[in-house]
Amino acid sequence: MFSLAVFFQSFGPLFWAARYTLLISVLGIGLGIVIGTLICAARLSPYPQLRSFAGIWVSFLRGVPLLVQLLVFYYALPVIGLDVPAMVAAVVVVGICASAYISEIWRGAIAALPKGQAEAADAIGMTPVDVWTRVILPQAVALSLPALINELILLVKASSLVSVVGILEITRASQAQAATTFRPLEVYIAAACIYLLINLCLAALGRYIEHRTNV
Amino acid sequence: MEWSVLQQYGPSLLKGFGNTILCWALGTVFGMALGLVIALIQRYAPRWVRWIVQAYIEVIRGTPFLVQLFVLYYGGPLVGLRLDALPAGLLGLTIYGSPYFAEIFRSGFRAVPHGQIEAARGIGMSEADVVRRILLPLGLVSSLPALVNFSIILTKETVILSIITVPELLYQVQRMSAETFRYVEANLVLALFFWGLVETISRVGLRLEARITKHLIERT
Repeated sequence: MFSLAVFFQSFGPLFWAARYTLLISVLGIGLGIVIGTLICAARLSPYPQLRSFAGIWVSFLRGVPLLVQLLVFYYALPVIGLDVPAMVAAVVVVGICASAYISEIWRGAIAALPKGQAEAADAIGMTPVDVWTRVILPQAVALSLPALINELILLVKASSLVSVVGILEITRASQAQAATTFRPLEVYIAAACIYLLINLCLAALGRYIEHRTNV
Repeated sequence: MEWSVLQQYGPSLLKGFGNTILCWALGTVFGMALGLVIALIQRYAPRWVRWIVQAYIEVIRGTPFLVQLFVLYYGGPLVGLRLDALPAGLLGLTIYGSPYFAEIFRSGFRAVPHGQIEAARGIGMSEADVVRRILLPLGLVSSLPALVNFSIILTKETVILSIITVPELLYQVQRMSAETFRYVEANLVLALFFWGLVETISRVGLRLEARITKHLIERT
């Protein structure tokens, strides 16, 4: 039967492992925002080569399962002579994958802004740099915050896949825990509870931000 | 990669691909069916049932697919649910997809103009007829783009089934690369293969969607 003792005992180690889940997701989205912004800029740029590069980047990363990307990267690194810790590889892969989605989020937000705003800013004599940094980007960022929180929730869930390259985050820790206690049901349900807790908090944060930007 | 390798592993790769398609197709169909049921429950069931269903949706959407599979496949036997990898994977994919499909159907139903439903009731249609002849046809058309989109997302989720040893494509590729030590090439080829697959499916999906909606709009 369901053992409550095992269930509650597994929370300790799993919460400890949740640090890595959070670390990978947060660093992943940070890296994703940096790369995603560059990709979005390339996509909106006047140079056809840059545009098509960005298009292929987005299409490839959105078309290939994250698990496969992770395995390609993980096995390819030693071959090209790079010996980085698994943790770094995981963050880089998660970040690169997120960049494709984030560049689309930016693009959507920028497209959602009324064209008149940029034209008005241009008409009153703002430089193109000012138009971007003072008119378009602040509004686009505010518009896309809920979508970014949503992306973070997806990354928290996706980070469970880095367990296959041996990083001791929640999923990997629960596998170890299940192996020592022989009670996989309780341990995996405990892991699910922790993921749920993290994501419900993030969702609440998302609603709060959405509410604030709407007012 | 050498051709002899492909010759040797061709059959198992093909079988893996077959399983991938099988899991995807059945998972999508069952997940969609379950999602439709959930969406209808949320519309018509008493409040306490709706709460239970809502909790189910939140739990499934708030937890990783991999952890759900672990609960089902490794935890299931402790409560008497003993499944082989493939059926467990199918069941997992169905459960995982159902809340997303339910949300798609729900917003599709919400897009049906209220006046249409009231008019149907007004001319004396039974509630079952309203669902069957007004809500479903109109709601499904407006859900179609999102349904196609999520089905494409599910193709990518099938590779996760390899972790619980469902013999699908990634599983076979992993086995092959473990025996031939060609990890990089094998996974890179797999990545390109998936890229092509997803791009093709989304093109086909777009065309299908255009055709179906055009046909329906003409008739209504």
